[in-house]
Amino acid sequence: MSVEPNMDRAKQNNNRVVAAVCVAFFGGMVGMAYAAVPLYSLFCQVTGYGGTTQRTTQYADRILDRDITIRFDANTAGIPWKFEPVARSVTIKIGETTQAHYTATNLSDKPVTGRATFNVTPDLAGAYFNKVECFCFTDTTLKPGETLDMPVVFYVDPDIVDLPEMKDVKTITLSYTMFPTEGDKPVASAPVEDDGKTVSNTEGKLGG
Amino acid sequence: MAHAAAHDDHHHTPRGWVRWVYSTNHKDIGTLYLIFAIIAGIIGGFMSVMMRWELAEPGIQIFHGLASMVYGVDGDAALDAGKHMFNVFTTMHALIMIFFMVMPALIGGFANWMVPIMIGAPDMAFPRMNNISFWLLPPALFLLLTSFFVPSAPGAYGIGGGWTMYPPFSTTGQPGPAMDLAILSLHIAGASSILGAINFITTIFNMRAPGMTLHKMPLFAWSVLITAFLLLLSLPVLAGGITMLLTDRNFGTTFFTPDGGGDPILFQHLFWFFGHPEVYILILPGFGIVSHIVSTFSRKPVFGYLGMAYAMVAIGAVGFVVWAHHMFTSGISLDAQRYFTFATMVIAVPTGVKIFSWIATMWGGSISMRTPMLWAIGFIFLFTIGGVTGVQLANAGLDRSMHDTYYVVAHFHYVLSLGAVFAIFAAWYYWFPKMTGYMYSPFIARAHFWITFIGVNIIFFPQHFLGLSGMPRRYIDYPDAFAGWNMVSSYGSYLSAFGVLVFLVGVFEAFSKKRIAGANPWGEGATTLEWQLPSPPPYHQWEQLPRIK
Repeated sequence: MSVEPNMDRAKQNNNRVVAAVCVAFFGGMVGMAYAAVPLYSLFCQVTGYGGTTQRTTQYADRILDRDITIRFDANTAGIPWKFEPVARSVTIKIGETTQAHYTATNLSDKPVTGRATFNVTPDLAGAYFNKVECFCFTDTTLKPGETLDMPVVFYVDPDIVDLPEMKDVKTITLSYTMFPTEGDKPVASAPVEDDGKTVSNTEGKLGG
Repeated sequence: MAHAAAHDDHHHTPRGWVRWVYSTNHKDIGTLYLIFAIIAGIIGGFMSVMMRWELAEPGIQIFHGLASMVYGVDGDAALDAGKHMFNVFTTMHALIMIFFMVMPALIGGFANWMVPIMIGAPDMAFPRMNNISFWLLPPALFLLLTSFFVPSAPGAYGIGGGWTMYPPFSTTGQPGPAMDLAILSLHIAGASSILGAINFITTIFNMRAPGMTLHKMPLFAWSVLITAFLLLLSLPVLAGGITMLLTDRNFGTTFFTPDGGGDPILFQHLFWFFGHPEVYILILPGFGIVSHIVSTFSRKPVFGYLGMAYAMVAIGAVGFVVWAHHMFTSGISLDAQRYFTFATMVIAVPTGVKIFSWIATMWGGSISMRTPMLWAIGFIFLFTIGGVTGVQLANAGLDRSMHDTYYVVAHFHYVLSLGAVFAIFAAWYYWFPKMTGYMYSPFIARAHFWITFIGVNIIFFPQHFLGLSGMPRRYIDYPDAFAGWNMVSSYGSYLSAFGVLVFLVGVFEAFSKKRIAGANPWGEGATTLEWQLPSPPPYHQWEQLPRIK
C-alpha cells in the first residue's frame, strides 16, 4: 500500500465510488433483463412478432380481389376437453371479415376452466391477422359434458401483400391451444418417474 | 534499504494453508485461479475425449457402459441413460470449459497476476473481494459436478440440452433437481465473475502508477478492462434469465411457458444477449496476451497501439448488438436477419485490424521463435481460420443449412479451443518464468506446442467437412456415411489429450529442475513493467511506485 495515509483514504473513497457505479450498473442490467419480459410481450403485440396476432375493434378499410386460405388448428394441453374447429379451413378475400367457429366439450365429470393461447403460421403473418372478436381473450368454464360454440371474428389486413416475405403466401394457419387455468404447478415439483422405460415418452420433448 | 526491510517485517508473508485460503495477495490468488483452471480443464478435456471416443465409430460404443457404471442401470435403461449422458457430457464440457477453465485462467489467473504489476499497482483495489471471487468458484464447480449424479429427465441424470439451456427442455423437460443445481452453480460462478470485473475496473481506473495514462497502458490491461465491462453488462442478463428459469421451475412463474403468457423464445434472446458478449469475454484477454508476445519476440513495439486498443473497444461494443445471429432459424423476420447478418460481419473489421496489426508488428522485426511466440503465431493462424468460418456463418442464408451442424462446432472450437486455449498456453509459457522464477524445458514446451497444434487441427478441421455434409451436433450416433472423418477427428482428440500430459510433464520438469530464469528471460523486446521486477516478483511489489515517462 502507498505510504501517505491521507492519499490512501482518498484513493479508497475513490475506489468505492467506482465500485458503487459498477454495482449500480449490475443492478440496472438485472432490472433490464426482467424489464425485457413485459417489453418483449409489448413488442410482440405491437409488431406481431413471432406470430402474435393483432386484436382490433374495427374492420378493414378495403377488400382485395385476392383469395387467401385460412386453416384452423386446435389442440389441448392437459385439459380434459374435446376442442376442435368446426371447419378445417376457409378461403376468403384478403380484407374480408369472416367468422369461424370452434367447439369445445368438457369430457370430465367436473367443471373445468380453460384459456386458449394462439398464434399463426407463418410467424410474419401475425402482424396482419386481426381478430375483432375471440374467445381467446377470456377464460371459459364448462360444466361436465357441456359443449360450447366458440366464435372468432377476424380479417387479414390488406397490407400483407406489400410485405416481400408474405407476398406469395396463400395459406395462413391459425392455431389454438387450450390450457386449464388452474393447476399451474411448478415443473420441478412434478414427480420424477425413476422407471427407465419412461424415457422413450420424453423423446418428443428431447427433440426441441 | 532500511525502509524496505522494515516494511517487509510489517507485511510478513503468511505461511501454510493460511497464505492460500485467507489470501488477499493478487499473485497468490492468481496462482490459485491457474491451478483451478488446470484442474477444471482436465475434467472438461476428459469429457471431450470420452465424446470423441464415443463418436469414433457409428453406433453406441461406450456411453451405455458408462451409464451402467455410474448410475447402476442395465439393459435398455442403460442405453437410454447413456444417450442422455452423452448430452450431459456435451453440456458439462461446454459449461466447465467456459466458466471454470477459460475464464478463470485468463481473467482470474493471468489478469490477476499481471494487470496490477503492469499498471504499477501494489495489488488489486479490493484484495478481500478478490479472495471471495476465487473461493466462490470451487463451490460453483462442486454444484455443477454434483448435478451429474442427480435425476433430471425421467430415467436420466444430469443436465442435457446444451450449455444454452433453452426452455422448455430446461423447465418441463428435466423436472429433476439436476437443472436447479446447475442454475445455482452458474449464479455463484456469475457472482464470482461480477466481483472480479468490478475489482478490475476499479483497479485499472484508480490504481495506475503516476504517468501511466489510459493511452500508455499495456494492451493486456486494456483487454482486461474491456472484458470486465463486457462481464458487468452481460452477466446480469444471464443471471436474470436463469433466475426466470429457476422460478418457472420451482415457483410457478410462467416467463417462458406459453400457457401462462410467456414465450420460450424470450429466453433465447436473453441468453444470447449474454452469450455473444461472453465469447468475446473469452477471447479478448487472449488478444491482449498475443499482442505482448508478438511485440516481445519481434523486438518491436506493437504496430498501431491505439488502433489495437480501440479495435477491442469496438469488438466489445458491437458484440452487444449481434446476438440474434444465433437465432436465425427461430423465426425472426427477414429484416431482423438482414440487420444481424450485417452487424455480425461488421465485427470482422476491428478483428481484421488486430490480425493485420499483429502481422505488421512482426513485419521487419527481429523475430525469435521461442515457445510463447510459437503459441502466439499458432493463435493468429487458427483464430483467423475460425474467424473466416464465422463470417460464413454470419450469413442468414448459409446458416439455414449450417445451423447446429458440426460446421458450427468446428467454427467455435477454432476461435475458442484453438484460439483462447492457445492464448492461455502462450501466456503460460510467456509468464511462467516470471511467476515461478524457473525456466521450463524449451524442448518439452515445443513438443507440447507441436503435439497440440497437430492434434487440435486433426480434431476440428475434418469437422468442417462433416458439418458441410450435414452432420448435426449433439447426437450420440450418426449415419455410416460420416464414419471416416469422425474416426480421424477422434484420433486427433487422443493426440491432444497426450499433449495435455506433455504439458503436465513440462510443468513438473520445470519445478524439479529449478533452472533460474532471471528477471527478464526474453531480452530487450519485453518492455512492460513486470519484467523490471525480479522473478518471481516480491510478495508486495511497487512499494516505490514506478514513474512512467
